Amino acid sequence: MQQFAALLRSKDMQPLRYLVVDDSIFARKNLTKMIESFGGRLAGEAGDGCTAITEYSRTLPDLVLMDIIMPNMEGIEASERIVRLHPQARIVMVSSVGYQENIIAALQKGARHFVQKPVKPEVLYDVVKYVMAEDGTTLTAAAGAAS
Amino acid sequence: MKLELIQPFINAADAVLAQTLACSTRVANVSMEEQAYRRRGVAALVTVKGDIEGRIVFDLEPRTAMKVACTLAGGELPESDEVVHETICELANQVIGNAITTLNDQGFRFRVQPPQVHTAEHGMGSSEDTEALVMCFDTPSGRVFMNIALRLGARPKA
Repeated sequence: MQQFAALLRSKDMQPLRYLVVDDSIFARKNLTKMIESFGGRLAGEAGDGCTAITEYSRTLPDLVLMDIIMPNMEGIEASERIVRLHPQARIVMVSSVGYQENIIAALQKGARHFVQKPVKPEVLYDVVKYVMAEDGTTLTAAAGAAS
Repeated sequence: MKLELIQPFINAADAVLAQTLACSTRVANVSMEEQAYRRRGVAALVTVKGDIEGRIVFDLEPRTAMKVACTLAGGELPESDEVVHETICELANQVIGNAITTLNDQGFRFRVQPPQVHTAEHGMGSSEDTEALVMCFDTPSGRVFMNIALRLGARPKA
């Protein structure tokens, strides 16, 4: 997989920690490979919205990559609940179902961005950079490739 | 079956397969299925409810499924049915999700369930109100089949 300049937290220069939420193990593995190519680390993973809420509170990641259509609780509802509990949460929806109504609902419930599957690593990288830079608290693209 | 329902699936399959398999694909065949659906190998089923109702089966012969799963995983996979099934379900999710996105943006409102591994040998074929259409895509890994049985429910919103 293509390697990208590592995205680090500016406050401590540590790798970004991600929570990956998707009911597909394959999709979680694929996203994990991508975030590793961005120099990030997997803080936790979940296969449904309910587990995502618990895992968020347990791991307090820098960023959540959240699928929409999942069993038990869908991603938009899980995002709303996470943001209610943790207003600083940064959530990027990653789904193959990317119609306008869904995107608007996700953004209204607190998601910061939307990426449509199949995910292009360069697109996700730019979105992560954008979302992390939004607060002005985190983000440094280290020179050279991620290790 | 109306072309407006079918075209988004052809476009989505073409785009998603080409991107994920990093290859060019070709629609080899589109035909009506008069008989009950008969599974070819590793299959994922997605059901749809709302303005459009029915089901879509994404189906690959076992050897093709293994090749596709290896391509998507970026290397050899263990001889595990679970990994192959999981990969084909996610590919189905991406193709069908993209088609559904187009249909939603055209005004159709409906809900989909997450893909499930389809293990039954046979399934619903065409009926009086639901025609089943089979699309076949040629890829370097082999043929990918999509069996679509949809019907219009309520009229879409303007």
